[in-house]
Order: sequence, then structure tokens, then C-alpha cells
Amino acid sequence: MAEPVSVAAEYLAGSRARAARTVLGQVVLPGEELLLPEQEDAEGPGGAGERPLSLNAGARSRVRVVCGPGLRRCGDRLLVTKCGRLRHKEPGSGGGVYWVDSQQKRYVPVKGDHVIGIVTAKSGDIFKVDVGGSEPASLSYLSFEGATKRNRPNVQVGDLIYGQFVVANKDMEPEMVCIDSCGRANGMGVIGQDGLLFKVTLGLIRKLLAPDCEIIQEVGKLYPLEIVFGMNGRIWVKAKTIQQTLILANILEACEHMTSDQRKQIFSRLAES
Amino acid sequence: MEEEMHTDAKIRAEIGTGCSPRGPGCSLRHFACEQNLLSRPDGSASFLQGDTSVLAGVYGPAEVKVSKEIFNKATLEVILRPKIGLPGVAEKSRERLIRNTCEAVVLGTLHPRTSITVVLQVVSNAGSLLACCLNAACMALVDAGVPMRALFCGVTCALDSDGTLVLDPTSKQEKEARAVLTFALDSVERKLLMSSTKGLYSDSELQQCLAAAQAASQHVFRFYRESLQRRYSKS
Repeated sequence: MAEPVSVAAEYLAGSRARAARTVLGQVVLPGEELLLPEQEDAEGPGGAGERPLSLNAGARSRVRVVCGPGLRRCGDRLLVTKCGRLRHKEPGSGGGVYWVDSQQKRYVPVKGDHVIGIVTAKSGDIFKVDVGGSEPASLSYLSFEGATKRNRPNVQVGDLIYGQFVVANKDMEPEMVCIDSCGRANGMGVIGQDGLLFKVTLGLIRKLLAPDCEIIQEVGKLYPLEIVFGMNGRIWVKAKTIQQTLILANILEACEHMTSDQRKQIFSRLAES
Repeated sequence: MEEEMHTDAKIRAEIGTGCSPRGPGCSLRHFACEQNLLSRPDGSASFLQGDTSVLAGVYGPAEVKVSKEIFNKATLEVILRPKIGLPGVAEKSRERLIRNTCEAVVLGTLHPRTSITVVLQVVSNAGSLLACCLNAACMALVDAGVPMRALFCGVTCALDSDGTLVLDPTSKQEKEARAVLTFALDSVERKLLMSSTKGLYSDSELQQCLAAAQAASQHVFRFYRESLQRRYSKS
């Protein structure tokens, strides 16, 4: 008879919400609920009698916590919806951002992301660009630097475009542009001839685009190269010869699974040859 | 040198091992899971329970045909291929059960007008096939990064003629049993998501089987947690 009781206790233990602070850096699974710091204080023992009475006793000072990818607000708690490591960033003011670092291959368009797209169709004034999401994004011919109705940009079907999303939500078709808010290209637009486009996971792109990424610095020392990273998991590489381009593509694809020592070995071997 | 890098890349698949060995009464067979083993689908997993093995691949959220799109949520499709022969009515009915379970758990409203496709291939069938398919589908959905409100698992119970309960039966035990019950349970509160039963059983026996399945689901969820932690510890 003791077994059902202990088994029941284990059920409850699994479903109890944990404080977000204690789980930082650990792997969280979908379905877990996390408590925010202000709720912990409210549920903690004692202390209420010693706090001085405030004039607006009803309102607590609210700290604004931003719920990032992989988390949803569920009542006043955070519900984890993707599997990954829980991360937190503390900005100047407010409660900070919580998000889940997950490994994924599929891209979902997000406003403001810079992506590499492939032009699939030209219909009237709009290009349809495949960005790897569930729908092709639309790109107007006027969204290029210096484009006017008379001076159209030279974009053909099959060209690679580097642009950013201005509209990207679950309800509307994503729209992208190749100019920034000042009207300048800023590196965006049609990507030149030659080079190689290949696909990697989204986590690797974020790792490579992090500030002070060692991989990019080491790769830069090997050969002169041009490289474009799209947040949709696409990388475009161009080096002087085809062989160098292929070597770079292989290195970047393999980087995900290598430890830094293995990587350094490979780079040193390449530098010698 | 290129070959070396490719072999290193292949070690990304994880193999986890399950719980206690088979004894008389209620215990599950040895299980193992491997994730991210296929390169084309957005998420893939292979789940092994004893000798039953199912391979699952998930594509999504992807483009959907206008005739199948739903304006406010994702269209979930499940395709189950048997080991030999063409898919028949039994596969269709299992597909429906798995689809209903997944729809209860996947947050489809975050991706309206898209499709999420789960493709399951039976590699070997040695009993408890539906439960193994559910487990493989869950692991593949997690691998693909599809947003879910909870994890789910499948557990099979067989009741033989004297009323003894056997969890995770083999095909021989399923054939000799007078009732075979499969339950899908969620990870948050061990609630029942789906039940599929075949045979003759009483009301109290149903409650007993459900309680035993809920207790066994703990092992499965603990195994999910361990195998996912192992996967993320490598990065």
C-alpha cells in the first residue's frame, strides 16, 4: 500500500514549477513551468511582517521580463515549449530576457532578421523569394538602393538576395527589403556571381555570429574570402579557387560537431598545406 | 581529411538505454532512442522498445496546399508505413490516433496555415507497436523544435485470461491476451490523451491498467529527460 503513495508523490514532484533562476543553463523540456523572481518572493516564507507599509499597498513594483523563443507566458508563469538550455540576459533596466537555446533546422521568419533568399518568381512588381520558411517572402522591386520606377534593379529568377524582414508574423505573408530605414543598402541586395550556398543548422549560425567568434577569426586567417550569413541557416562563401571554397564550406559544416581542439588541429593542418 | 570531418559529424546521434530488465509482472522492456539521424527531415528520431523499432521524421512548419490549410492553426499530418506491404486500414486508424494525440499537444496556433508532417516507418514489430510509434513521434517533434505544451508517451498493457497485467507486451503475449490496451499520457500531470483498447475487460481492470500505465510512464519520461540532456551536453 505504500507504493501508490510514493508513486503519487513522484508525480507531483515532476509537475511542480521551478524558479527560473535555478534552472539557468540547464536543459528544460516542453511542459515545464518556470517561476519568475517576483513570484518566488511572494511565495517565500516570512518577511511580510517586517516590510514597511507603502502607500499603494495593492500594486507591486513590476519588473518587465521579456519572454524569448521557446517560452510562452502562461498565467503569471513561463511555460517551456521547446527543448534546450535556458538562458537569461540582464539588460540595463527591467527583469531581462529569458529564452531557450534549442537546436533546430527549420527557420521561422522573424522581423528584423537578415536572411539569404533565392528568387523563385517575378510577378509584376514583386519578387517571390524562398527563405526556407513555410511561405515565400515577397520583395518589392523598389526596395533596393537607388531603385525607381524607371531604374529597375537587375534581379533574375535564381539570384541570391541578402535582405531583412520588415513584416514577419504568423498571420501575414513575410515581406523583406534590401534597404535599411535610411534608404541605404548597407551590404544588402543581390549577392554576386560564383561562390557556394549551403545550409547549416540555426544554432550554428547564431554561434558564428556571436561577438568574438573564434571560428570566423581562424577561418579569416586561412584564405581571403567573402562570406555572408543568413539567419535562416544559409551561408554563402566565396574564395579565390573552387577548391578553397569547398574546403571552407566543409569546415563550417563540420564546426558544429567538433570541439575547439579538433578544430585547431584541422586549421593548423590546412595552414601547412 | 574531409573523410575525418564527416565521421566526426556522424557521432552526433545519441543512444540512451532504458530501465530494468524484464521480470514477471509490471516492467518495461529495454528501450533506446536516437535523435537527429536523418539529414533531410527537420527532426528525426528512432525509438526502440525491446525488439520493436520505429523510425520517425518530422517536416514542419512547412508549406501547405491551399485545400488543406486551416486559417488559424497548423495542419498536422501523420503517415505510418508498415514494414512490409502497402499501408491499409489498420495503418489509417493508427495514423488517426497518433494525429489526435499530437494535435492535443502541439501548439498549432503559433503556425497557422502551415503543415507539420510526421512520417513513421515501422522497422521491426515485436509487440506494443502503437506505443512505440507514439514515443518515436514525440522524440521527433522535440528534435524538430515544434512548439509543444507537454511531452507525451505511449504505454501498452495486456490482460491475460487470469487477469494478470503485463506492461509492454511482446507480440506473443499480445496474441494470447484477452485484452490489449494502449494509453497515451502527457508529461505534465500524467493525464490521459488517447486510449485504444481491444478485447474484453471490466471497469476496474481498466482503472488498474491506467494506473499501471501512469506509473510506467514515469520511466519513459525520465528516459526522455536523460537522453535529451545527453544530447545537449555534447554541444
